[in-house]
Formats: sequence, structure tokens, C-alpha cells
Amino acid sequence: MIARVFALVSTVFLGTATLADEIRLAVTTSFENSGLADVLLPAIKEDIDLDVQLLVVGTGQALRLGRAGDVDAILVHSRAAEEAFVAEKHGTYRREIMYNDFVLIGPKDDPAGVGKARSVAEALKRVGVTKPAFVSRGDDSGTHKKEIALWRAADFDPATFAAWYREVGAGMGASLNTAAGLDAYILADRASWLNFGNKANLTLLYAGDAALFNQYAFLAVNPEKHPHVQNDLAVKLEAWLTSPRAAELINGYTINGETLFTFNAKPE
Amino acid sequence: MNDIYEGLVSAFWLVVTFDADLMEISLRSLQVSLTALVIASAIALPLGTFLAIRRFRYRRLVISLLNALMGLPPVVVGLIVYILLSRSGPFGVFGLLFTPTAMIIAQVVIITPLIASITHQAMRELWAEYHDLLISLNTSAWQRIKTLIWDGRRNLLTASLAGFGRAIGEVGAIMIVGGNIDNATRVLTTAIALETGKGDFALALALGFVLIALAIGINICIHWLSRTEREGRW
Repeated sequence: MIARVFALVSTVFLGTATLADEIRLAVTTSFENSGLADVLLPAIKEDIDLDVQLLVVGTGQALRLGRAGDVDAILVHSRAAEEAFVAEKHGTYRREIMYNDFVLIGPKDDPAGVGKARSVAEALKRVGVTKPAFVSRGDDSGTHKKEIALWRAADFDPATFAAWYREVGAGMGASLNTAAGLDAYILADRASWLNFGNKANLTLLYAGDAALFNQYAFLAVNPEKHPHVQNDLAVKLEAWLTSPRAAELINGYTINGETLFTFNAKPE
Repeated sequence: MNDIYEGLVSAFWLVVTFDADLMEISLRSLQVSLTALVIASAIALPLGTFLAIRRFRYRRLVISLLNALMGLPPVVVGLIVYILLSRSGPFGVFGLLFTPTAMIIAQVVIITPLIASITHQAMRELWAEYHDLLISLNTSAWQRIKTLIWDGRRNLLTASLAGFGRAIGEVGAIMIVGGNIDNATRVLTTAIALETGKGDFALALALGFVLIALAIGINICIHWLSRTEREGRW
């Protein structure tokens, strides 16, 4: 009996082995949910023989992983937090790669009239006055920070909001699920929204304001601070991400015919 | 309800077409949870038996502690293991974070108290029966533990299977220490969490059904291999 159990166990363990170089990259949920990774990673593997292991977390946690030296590089979208990261010498510099945009999602009947707004500040003012259910990420992610900044720009303080403003403390997908369940308004990045499968009664109500642009930047973890990080691989990856080949793939990526990302890395 | 039906249908297709990704993450789930089970059993079975037969000063405290640890929140275990294994933590030099090994460590911590506690309960009753015999034979403590483990193997199987059930269905800890990396540390439960996040309920449910089927399959297998629940042998 023991021999048989042993045989069963050992068959399970024929482990996984890869020969290519591996790099750990912390990315935001919005990047992963967009599906762009499924296009870029195989191309990276093909072009420079590099296996990119994605850790999909919020921007807050991604920066945290970089600070601890648990990843080799990060790809996030929260400028102020990135600059603080560089200022603390955890990274040497930030390199802008591409941008996409945020959109305001809400119930089809739109009780707050967000669809009629001419700017994002006006759209949020309408929400802040009408007080319909609004779901906030509440997880210190890039999207959450952006949402807070937009509220501030519209002269509101989210900290003073009553129960209609719900901080769920979850990723983009889980927050969209909550919004779908509550028939609530929510700020989402366009990519996650287009790829989201459980739209229920929600629809895209407002988009297009320049204040909604969402810049992604690549930061390699500083090898002086964390000697074990694979800085050479991170530099290699950065070179690829800013190459014409990446530009072509990023600009060419569409969902239902809509372009999601705009490549804007500047050559060095 | 429609989602459940769609989930069942896509689960069926995933399985009959031998979907490569599904096979990979299912095997990894088994690899991680079975390893954790073997290690945890090797610690917990002797420990639980020892607690049943030996009287010492803080025995009650240890047993209460063990029972309390059964309810250890996996997320907390995950976070602690993460901090310990992080590059800036005490065991950072081993570079174990975000590997299956880290997931195994977290699961061992989660299921060891559970297995030890159930073992202790079962062994206490068996010890009451065997007490006089084993004492009169002048056996050593280790001989007593061995005898009890062998004669109580059916109960211990239940204890181990309970541990396995908790390990294979666990998501909070392995999400933190494993990171849910595609082709490296993604297992069934973390994949389910990911697909739910994407709003793809059908695929998430399909993976859920595969997970349930896997757990049932393993249980049946182990019972069959150890020939329990048969006429004259139970």
C-alpha cells in the first residue's frame, strides 16, 4: 500500500523546469485585466528569450514588493507614488511606457446624469450632489488614488462621504462585480471595463477628459539597494518595452475594435 | 442559475479536451497540497499521539493552543510567511517567495494544527483502551506512539483527509506567498479568484467543479488504496 501511495505521489511531483531567464515583474490588476499581457509576454519570450513572471497586485502592493526587493521591476500607474519610490532610492528612475484612460461606469438609467456632463469634474459633482451608490476601490491602488484626486479636483473630500460611497478594498474586477450587484457608479480603467464579463445593468457613461489619462511607467528595482535583483534582465526588458516592436503591439491591441493603450515611451 | 449551468458545461469541455492550462494548474494544486499534507502529517500524527499518551505540566495549555490554532486565518498565515520569506525578511536569502515551496510552507502551517488536533482526539480514546496493555508490556514512549498510530490508522486517515481538504481549498495564504503567477504558482483556487475578478463566472465555476471533483477523487483513491470501509475490515 505504501509503495502504491508513493508511486501516486511521485507521479504528481515531476516538477516544472524552464531554461530561459526568468524575471519577476509586479504589475497592476488593471494591466493584467486588459489582456495586453497575453500579447506582450509571448512576444517577449520570442524576441529576447525572457520569461516574465507577473505578480498581479494593486499599485500600493506592487511598490511595496519593489521596496522589499521581492521583484526585479514594477509596471504601475501612479506618478506621485512612483516619484516617491525613486526619491527613496528603491528605483533609479521611472520610464514612461504607455497610457490608457479611465472611464466612469454607472447604471443604464443614470440617475445622477453623469452622461450629460462636459468634464469629469462636472460628472463627479453630479454624483456628489445626487448621492447614488458609488463603489470605490479603496485599496490604495493607482486607480483608487486617481479617483481620490478626481474627487478633490471636483471639490469633494471622499473621507467625509456617507454610506452611499462604498469602499470595497478589492481589485478592479471584484469592485466591478460589486458595482454590478449594487447597480452603482464606479471609476474603472477602460481595459478592465471592456474585458469585464459580468456587466449586468452597467454601461459606460463618461470618458474622454484629459484628466482621465492614465500613464504607465516601468521602474527597475535599484540593484545598489537590493544586490540580488536581476537588473540586467530588467534593463533588457525595459529596452524591449520601449522598442518599435512593443509600440506596434501596444498600439495595435484592440478589444471589440477599440484601441486601449497608446505607446508614448521616448527614445533615450 | 444560468451561470451554474454554463459552469458545468464549460467544466465538462475543459476536462474532456484535456485543456493544457487546466492540467497544469490542477497538477500544481495536487503537488502543493499533497506535499504539504505529507509534511504536516509527519509532524502532526506523532505530535497528536504524543499529547494523548504523555502527561506533562503544560499539556492542557498545549492542547488548547492546538485547538485554537485550527481556526488560524489563512490570510494571516500567508502574511506572516510572506514577511519571513521576503527579501527583506529573515529568510530572504533563500529566495523562496513566490515559489511552490513557499506555498507548501504556508499550507503546512495551516493544516498541521488541524491534523494534530483531530489525531489527539482519536488517540485519546484509543489510549484509554490500550493503556493497561502497553504499560504492562513495559513499552517505551516511542513504541507506544508507533503502536497507537498503526492501530488507529483509520482515524488518522480521517485526520489527514481533513487536512488535505483544508489545504486544497485554501486560497488566502497561497495567494499572498505564491503570487498567482501564471505557469509558476497558479493553482486551482487562485485561478478561480482571478476569473471571478474578471467577471468570467462560467470559467471560475468550471474550475470550481474541477476542484471539487479532484478532492472527491483523491479521497476515494486514498480509501481504495488503504482498503478501508470494506466488509470485515471496518
